[in-house]
Amino acid sequence: MKTDVVVIGGGAAGLGAALSAYKEGVDVILIEQEERIGGILNQCIHNGFGLQYFKQELTGPEYAEMFMEKIKDTPIKILSNSFLHSIDEKNKKIYLITPYGIQTIETKAIVMATGARERPFGSLLIPGKRPSGIFTAGVAQKYMNIQNILPGKRALILGSGDIGLIMARRLTLEGVEVVGVIERLPYAGGLLRNVVQCLEDYNIPLYLSSTVVEVRGDGRLEEVIVSKLDETFNPIPGTEESFNVDTLILSVGLIPNTELLNDLVEIDGTSRGFSASNLGQTSLDFVFAAGNCTIIYDLVDYVTLEGEKAGKYAAYYVKGEKFTGKVPIKKGKNIGILFPNYYTSRDDLILYLRVRRPMEKGRLKVGSLEREYKDLVPSEILRVKVPEKYIENYSEIEVSMEEA
Amino acid sequence: MKVVIIGGGISGTFIARELSKYDLDITLIEKNLDIAWGTTKANSGILHAGYDDFPDTLRAKLCAKGNALHFKLSEELDYDVKRTGSLVVAFDEAGLKTLEELLKRGKKNNVPGLEILKGEEIFEKEPHLNREVKYALWAPTGGIIESWGAAIAAVENAIANGLKLILGEKVIDFERKNGRISKVITDKNTYEVDLVINAAGLYGDEIAKIAGAEFIPIYPRRGEYILLDKKIGGIVNSVIFPTPTEKSKGILVLPTIDGGILLGPTAEDLSEDQKENTATSSYGLKRIIEETKRLVPSLDISYAIKTFAGIRAENPNKDFFIKESEKIPNFINVIGIRSPGLTAAPAIATYVVEEIIQDRLKINLEKKKTFISKRERIKRYSELPLEEWNEEIKKDPLSGKIICYCNMVTEREILEAIRRGARSLDGVKFRTRASFGRCQGNFCGPRILEILARELNKDLSEITAGSEKAWILNGRVRP
Repeated sequence: MKTDVVVIGGGAAGLGAALSAYKEGVDVILIEQEERIGGILNQCIHNGFGLQYFKQELTGPEYAEMFMEKIKDTPIKILSNSFLHSIDEKNKKIYLITPYGIQTIETKAIVMATGARERPFGSLLIPGKRPSGIFTAGVAQKYMNIQNILPGKRALILGSGDIGLIMARRLTLEGVEVVGVIERLPYAGGLLRNVVQCLEDYNIPLYLSSTVVEVRGDGRLEEVIVSKLDETFNPIPGTEESFNVDTLILSVGLIPNTELLNDLVEIDGTSRGFSASNLGQTSLDFVFAAGNCTIIYDLVDYVTLEGEKAGKYAAYYVKGEKFTGKVPIKKGKNIGILFPNYYTSRDDLILYLRVRRPMEKGRLKVGSLEREYKDLVPSEILRVKVPEKYIENYSEIEVSMEEA
Repeated sequence: MKVVIIGGGISGTFIARELSKYDLDITLIEKNLDIAWGTTKANSGILHAGYDDFPDTLRAKLCAKGNALHFKLSEELDYDVKRTGSLVVAFDEAGLKTLEELLKRGKKNNVPGLEILKGEEIFEKEPHLNREVKYALWAPTGGIIESWGAAIAAVENAIANGLKLILGEKVIDFERKNGRISKVITDKNTYEVDLVINAAGLYGDEIAKIAGAEFIPIYPRRGEYILLDKKIGGIVNSVIFPTPTEKSKGILVLPTIDGGILLGPTAEDLSEDQKENTATSSYGLKRIIEETKRLVPSLDISYAIKTFAGIRAENPNKDFFIKESEKIPNFINVIGIRSPGLTAAPAIATYVVEEIIQDRLKINLEKKKTFISKRERIKRYSELPLEEWNEEIKKDPLSGKIICYCNMVTEREILEAIRRGARSLDGVKFRTRASFGRCQGNFCGPRILEILARELNKDLSEITAGSEKAWILNGRVRP
């Protein structure tokens, strides 16, 4: 097979990228490893999607459906059940494992839209036995929403990221007793609206500055020991509390999926996602990347927007455009996560950033731009459009958030 | 003649395979729902060169021999063994003394190729080692082995040669007639028997006690581990040991068969009633990190994907206890099998069958004419060249359907694992490596569960992670 742009991943970023590349008049193939496109959106049956992009509130499947409908009327070729085996970067070929044989695609550009995976329990180094009944939130969500099965009877949730909060509500609504949500930080990890709508409305306690220090159980999980943490995140002896639960749900973060290209393209040291420019271009000129395989976003709408941009510029690349003059963007004070990593003056600079700690008032500095923000929290991404006049003639652009 | 082997760990399964060469009626009884789920499942997976143990011990005698035998057997039985070589490192002159002693001992034990390396010679082999390492004992025959894979291979081949495998039954008593064991009684059945082989691992002392035979006390020694992602797989090429102490070989850094890195084990003696205590501890994990960082300072623990603990069958004799009973003439103990038991396993099997059964017990065994020596593993499509894989998919589309993304395991492999006896997520995992990778089953777990339920004609809620108590799901969300 031959094409112009291959998009790897049929989730929010990939759908956006495929459609926008097609709109620029190039041939597009969309690769999806699961049977259905839509990605994780398919299992997110709660609402809250699309407020930015569609100006209306949708569920995950509804949000995905909007794009699938659009794709239907295009000649974009979708290869589902297709697993990306390897990329031959010299000859711009990709190899796919599919039930119909191994497919080789010769392409001119690639958009990586491979999303993220959940941090597994094993990476947390939590002591204790290894009973069943410990699920990441996404797995529990898939069991409930796609496979129609309950993961347990009485649950504790570790991590107050958005998906943890949403699962607290979902489990409660389906009759699983949720005894609490444990968060190591002194504030919730997810969006405020989710703390209110998913915990407070259902009287589910949130234990801040706490963590799980041991799991117990013979075969199935029986008991979880939770301890308070001091300022340096060390458990405080004597504060242990026991929860008799058969289920522990983890919402402890996502890791961008980049492994296949790790040695070929630059990876951001903090996010562990692909480094990319404001056009979505990675360090390997024909490879673009967007969505949760770059940084972990809080809103799917942003993922779509970035996917669209990467798709568009991949198409421009195919048409012969070269994007030169990449200016590095560096993290300054109080910036935790930052995207993009480079600025090319071909398009606006749209910054996505997370502050390192909650700030009542902060002054953002980007080049010669200064702007004040209120109530900043690490859980919410700040999206800032930076007009060219503020960043012209910089050899390096620093982004910082000073206490105001 | 009816033989019953008690215990489906590495010793029991290798003895079963060795015995299956002869005209015998062999039954292997395992209390767990699958084989290799005790000590065999959670250990370092090392092929020891054989320099550690004192000459004149059974350990020394069987280790180097087992090391060599594994290469022949792994070809016949198609399991994974790799001669990566091993290094015992020393930071100072006192350490060098220990290395020299190990070298001497190794030579007496007939370990080939041992040499002491100095300075740059060491870093040429292992560039990421601590620069403060001064000396290292290089053992080219050291290596790694997939322990559960070896046990599964041995049992599958033994079954092809007539072994009866009984899972999920616990031996609780014996019946005696004229001073001999005449029946083995489990919690579910009774088996007539002419010869009993006790390979019950951690419970070997209890089985021998019930039988009325000699025994040594077996006490549990816990070893904790941290497994790191393949992504940093190249950080060591061989098995790295610190300078050993009286008690143990120390906490190591080693490559795993499938390309990851394993750190551990700790060595903690637990009380007799703690034989199932496979919990990790905060102090254990902390020690592993501290000590392995001393060997390889650039180790990044954020690549951890799994922590676990295994229990070794320790005994006070500092040697294996492999003997025919003097009290019960048809009872053989194969107990106290701690390190280097995995390496020695094939030699233990021939020792039991040839020296004990034939030479000492004077039992005349006849070779089977129909013995099938070869067993093939479940085909790993991801290890094939792409053109070959493509040919396979054309014949069988399920060999092109990837279920486990991290380790590229196909639906065909999962189905084949089920056909060969996998009944749980762990059963599939240890036969195919699906769920063994960096996402630890988050993507493939639910899909494997569905395949298991479908193939076994069960409800999803009936499939467990491993043991009967390890239920995963609790009924439908909606009817």
